[in-house]
Amino acid sequence: MTLIDFIQRLLGREKPSGALARERLQLVLAHDRSDLNPELLEQMRREILEVVQKYVEIDLDSGDVSLETGDRVTALVANLPIRRARPLATPRPAGDSGAATPESVPPATDGAGTPDGVGGREEIGAAADLPTEPVGLNAETAAAVEPGLPG
Amino acid sequence: MTPASARIILICSGKGGVGKTTLTANLGIALAKLGERTVVLDADFGLRNLDLLLGLENRIVYTAQEVLAGSCRLEQALVKHKLEPNLSLMPAGNPRMLEWLTPDDMKTVANLVAERADYVLIDCPAGVEQGFKNAAAACREAIVITTPEMSAVRDADRVIGLLNTQGIQPVQLVLNRVRPKMVANQEMLAVDDVTDILALPLLGLVVEDEQVIVSTNRGEPLTLNGTGSPAARAYMNVARRLRGEEVPLIDPSKERRGLRARLMAKLRKSGNF
Repeated sequence: MTLIDFIQRLLGREKPSGALARERLQLVLAHDRSDLNPELLEQMRREILEVVQKYVEIDLDSGDVSLETGDRVTALVANLPIRRARPLATPRPAGDSGAATPESVPPATDGAGTPDGVGGREEIGAAADLPTEPVGLNAETAAAVEPGLPG
Repeated sequence: MTPASARIILICSGKGGVGKTTLTANLGIALAKLGERTVVLDADFGLRNLDLLLGLENRIVYTAQEVLAGSCRLEQALVKHKLEPNLSLMPAGNPRMLEWLTPDDMKTVANLVAERADYVLIDCPAGVEQGFKNAAAACREAIVITTPEMSAVRDADRVIGLLNTQGIQPVQLVLNRVRPKMVANQEMLAVDDVTDILALPLLGLVVEDEQVIVSTNRGEPLTLNGTGSPAARAYMNVARRLRGEEVPLIDPSKERRGLRARLMAKLRKSGNF
């Protein structure tokens, strides 16, 4: 570490490179482990947004679908700020909803503070865990992804 | 001893140059010193170096190639170490063999040497291609070695994924060439960072040690001459843990201080500096 580096560090201008390495590694490993290329991830992101938009109006600009990793498990994390729930008038085709969608994403929860407050964008933990706070959606799908043997 | 009871351990890293061959040589000597009949098997047919590190390069007559072809007996190909008779080397065959070598061939060689050993250590080639697959097919457990560098950790992660899909268990980690000063300055991935990211049990921790280069020059692995240097102690500890002994992990920040550093610290304390 040179003197200039040291001073920069003292002034809090520069992060120690060890921490940076850790962050960069975690990000790159998340992608390595899932074997998803950025194109596929982008396509999946679009499709997830389409599905969610059927039920709620979301803020497309600040929506974020990404991969996070830890402990040899890669998680798909979607953080989608919800503007307002769509009126229940949208008929949900029966049987169309696979998996846990009906439980984890109530299309219009009539809990406290109905999502009329536009601009009051709150980011909330997994809907399944906190059903009383309907204004956000943070779905976390964990799946151990191991790269397959090529060939 | 039947082959079923010998431990056949793959030593791999993905990335080249992180210390696979050095670990294989030192661990081989260490296990032999502890009384285990050990065979080190050079599976790096393309770029073999295990013979060099053990100082046995001039004593190779036959290789795995002749064993597979049946043109020599197993004992003829195995090179016994001069100073540590419990250790033998099975030299890698000709690089041209890579054209036809299969995982089954490696399995055959490994099982043959396992008949007369307690431990078989397979020195895996770098990469995740055919050479790795051949070597991995022959093992029953694995040691992944990495350094606290991003590229090495990333490659190790890839290798661990491949080992997992092949159902190889247990897989343990050796962290090599740790620089305590850099870790203290937070300019290097810490030990915990690497074990967290790779999620493997830590079998050993080896600090950067210039003596490793000296020992390679001499063709005498560090563990051959006792535990004089930090790396030698670390390799010896890996061998002990592998045998099931409880050996506490070294504290890298203490290992850094040689005799001179300790002397200086003492002088400083006594007020002379």
